[in-house]
Amino acid sequence: MANPQTRQSERKCTVRLAKAADIPQVIAIDTENTGLPKAEYWEDLLERYNNRSTDVDDDTQPKSVKRYRFFLVACDGDAVLGFIIGEVRAWEFGSPPCGWIFAIGVRNNTRQGGVGHVLLEALNDRFRKAGVSKVRTMLARDDTLIMSFFRSQGMMAGPFIQFEKDL
Amino acid sequence: MKLQKATRCALFAILELASGQDRQLSANEIAEKYGISTNHLAKVLRSLGRVGLVEAVRGAGGGYRFSGNRRRTTLLDIIQLFETIDPIRNGEREDGDDTAEGKGLCQVLMEIEDTARATFASITLDTMIKLVEKHR
Repeated sequence: MANPQTRQSERKCTVRLAKAADIPQVIAIDTENTGLPKAEYWEDLLERYNNRSTDVDDDTQPKSVKRYRFFLVACDGDAVLGFIIGEVRAWEFGSPPCGWIFAIGVRNNTRQGGVGHVLLEALNDRFRKAGVSKVRTMLARDDTLIMSFFRSQGMMAGPFIQFEKDL
Repeated sequence: MKLQKATRCALFAILELASGQDRQLSANEIAEKYGISTNHLAKVLRSLGRVGLVEAVRGAGGGYRFSGNRRRTTLLDIIQLFETIDPIRNGEREDGDDTAEGKGLCQVLMEIEDTARATFASITLDTMIKLVEKHR
């Protein structure tokens, strides 16, 4: 095995709220990662997360308005390198308010470049500003790639267990 | 959950050697820190050497150094060299397994095995070393 603590050089990018014009690139990244194009799903998420009229459409909100839902993209110019989506959830099964991440994706050719880390930190900052001090997510047990990513960011298994059954 | 002695020796040795760039230590130095037998550790290091995770450095001041990839090697990669953490999933059978009670018990135990496997498979040495640093 080669020795490498090596990592591709950090990819320069900025993080902001996703806009309608970003969605085709978000769909492309998701399709690249999952093999399933879901255009309607991503358009609907943008609508529900960033475009609701009751929400401010700017990431810098006035003190009187709190944003609880975030659909963020990491960009290099017009190119979307990755996305992350999360929201503040509260009191589900007794859980005090916490940040929930339920989607993250990075272009294959920019992996290992720190884009996922930048996106996660950007979302965590927004969660902190929204008043929560814990962040959670839920993953497929056999998806070791994404699980390794979250672990590399310091996340550990939490006190909740996921259940399911066939209906 | 308890890991076998050889597995713990291997994990300690690898974490020790991989914690610094080109870190080089003798079996004695590692064995002393963790209170384990040097002979036992030497055997474990040979197993790790066979799969390319460590290499022996000859000559004065020789010892061992990590030769794998910190960001790609997981705890499971190392553990699996010495033991099976999911024997039921791997087809090991025991008396009574074919009864309804045995099947139900296997289903519960497999849930635990699958969680253990996912945990070990998702923690790279790089992540583990960061975790260790938090305890210093």
